[in-house]
Amino acid sequence: MLKMTHLSKVYRTEVVETYALRDFNIDVKEGEFVAVTGPSGSGKTTFLTIAGLLETFTGGHYHLDGIEVSQLNDNARSKIRNEKIGFIFQAFNLIPDLNVYDNVEVPLRYRGMKAAERKQRIMDALERVGLASRAKHYPAELSGGQQQRVAIARALAGSPRLLLADEPTGNLDTQMARGVMELLEEIHREGATIVMVTHDPELAARAQRNVHIIDGQVVDLSEEPRFHAHNARVADA
Amino acid sequence: MFAYYFQLGLRSLRRNPILTALMVMAIGFGVGASMITYSVFRATSNNPIPQKSGQLYAVQIANWKTDDLDKGEPPSALTYTDAMAFMQAHKAKRQTALYPIAPSVIPADASRLPIEENSYAWYGDAFAMFDIPFLYGGAWTQAQDDAHAAVVVIGRKLNDKLFNGANSVGKTIDLDGHDYRITGVIDEWNPQPLFFDPVNTGGFGDPIGLFIPFTRAVDLQMSTAGNNNCNDTPGPGWSNWIHSECIWIEYWAELPTTADADAYKRWLTGYAAEQQRAGRFKWAPNVRLRNVTDWLDFNKVVPPESKISLLVSLGFLLICLVNTIGLLLAKFMRRAPEIGVRRALGASRREIYVQFLVEAGTVGLTGGVLGLLLTGVGVLGVGWVFDEQIARLATLDASLVLLTLIAAVLATLLAAFYPTWRAAQVQPAWQLKSN
Repeated sequence: MLKMTHLSKVYRTEVVETYALRDFNIDVKEGEFVAVTGPSGSGKTTFLTIAGLLETFTGGHYHLDGIEVSQLNDNARSKIRNEKIGFIFQAFNLIPDLNVYDNVEVPLRYRGMKAAERKQRIMDALERVGLASRAKHYPAELSGGQQQRVAIARALAGSPRLLLADEPTGNLDTQMARGVMELLEEIHREGATIVMVTHDPELAARAQRNVHIIDGQVVDLSEEPRFHAHNARVADA
Repeated sequence: MFAYYFQLGLRSLRRNPILTALMVMAIGFGVGASMITYSVFRATSNNPIPQKSGQLYAVQIANWKTDDLDKGEPPSALTYTDAMAFMQAHKAKRQTALYPIAPSVIPADASRLPIEENSYAWYGDAFAMFDIPFLYGGAWTQAQDDAHAAVVVIGRKLNDKLFNGANSVGKTIDLDGHDYRITGVIDEWNPQPLFFDPVNTGGFGDPIGLFIPFTRAVDLQMSTAGNNNCNDTPGPGWSNWIHSECIWIEYWAELPTTADADAYKRWLTGYAAEQQRAGRFKWAPNVRLRNVTDWLDFNKVVPPESKISLLVSLGFLLICLVNTIGLLLAKFMRRAPEIGVRRALGASRREIYVQFLVEAGTVGLTGGVLGLLLTGVGVLGVGWVFDEQIARLATLDASLVLLTLIAAVLATLLAAFYPTWRAAQVQPAWQLKSN
């Protein structure tokens, strides 16, 4: 589903080159639920934005659902983003001037879908996250957990093949975070491929597979004692 | 998608209402000022007879020595001698000499006061030359011109006054104690500018309500109600005057093709050379043929203040647009996070560009509505700056309404190109990371 080979991302200024990702390799199979962990500044979010075609990369290869994306123009990348990828952000990123219904509608608008089908999909997605009754509310009228549920509904409405989540519970309290995580697990059980970036080892432990990034590279967890120790503490808890 | 973008545009008007109000005012005032001055410019620079303006020529000939001419240009009027020579030569498809007269119409009912009408003495050809529409009857004939006949064509308004609008052809009216038989009643005809005689009217004025044959007017020694310019004392009496070098007659020739105009000019030059040989002109032939638009330009019918005020207001609009660019930039850049989200959800740069361009168009349309209100108020106040005759012509008609709205939208779209381009360049990854 998502395969990056020897991928690199370099930020260049006049005086310095900074490698955000270096010889980065990852292969996420269809239907997997992968948690991506790593310290701050390790390159997790850069990986996610490149995976979501929001950013280009400097070298290497990236195949998404069998398509080599490095040579695609903006229109083609946007189309793939719209049709194949759903995003869930830590900060929810709902558009404050649009109500819940209109927020969920945004990706469907760019797909050129007819009004009746849009409505059906929006209501289905909102029902799934338990917010159908809040369709006319604005983001500011919802709790953080509800806003994240709307963001999930927005990501699900387009039936994406890949769901990219960046710290989806980072701005939520424990109870709300648990609810969101359960929703993601439910979505995964129904067949979606999920890649989730998180700092939270408890959340990471609930994924099928963990990928750890340090200094822009995927590291083998078996050779990373700190990670073992950390995971052991989580397991004990 | 346009409807969606338009809907978003309307919503965006409510966002940052102060910024929106500033933009709408900048566009509204800029466009309003431009449209007010344009309404005056349009009225004064109108082509009054577009279907024939390239076929009708005002004829000029230098009958005065070069020192008496303005920048070497032949005078704007002719002597009676030259006008009659041109009429007799009959070298054009149609031709007429003309001059304004001021007869009084004496009503049959002695209790009613005489009626003053704007009047002209000209030849029967003029009606067809100038495409004058008739309500009843028609022009008098060439034979009636030649016979100096007591015939008259009157305007609809005078016909309403004298005959309650009934067909008056064949009836008689009294002009200064002489009876004239009506051959025709013309329908509404009030070309602005009054192209056939800008020299005496300044280009603008009330409709002409009465016409009699030129030959008849001269017979009755009816003086011109317009300009009479002499470079020497003509001597006493009518006969001395009309045979002097005083100029007071306008002359028009209808020359359908360029070849006709060239041939006519050659003939005119030949006529001037003949006058030189005869000793009347002591200078080389100096003649002009000017079509309607050139004639109006030559006579400076468009007031210079109209052009200047239009330029000043366009400059003002430009300043408003520069301000609008800054305001739009501020408005759009504030929405960088939203742009990032939309890009993440599948909007291409082009879609972001179009969305924000439509939003800018919505702001422009709102500014256009304000501009329309200001134009409406401003048009009412044109009379404070321009002559009443010109102010009357400046009107807020359907075409100006449409133009105001289109100008506002187009001007705003022009101003929006750069801010919109910047909006489309927003890097979604950076926005989403910074969130």
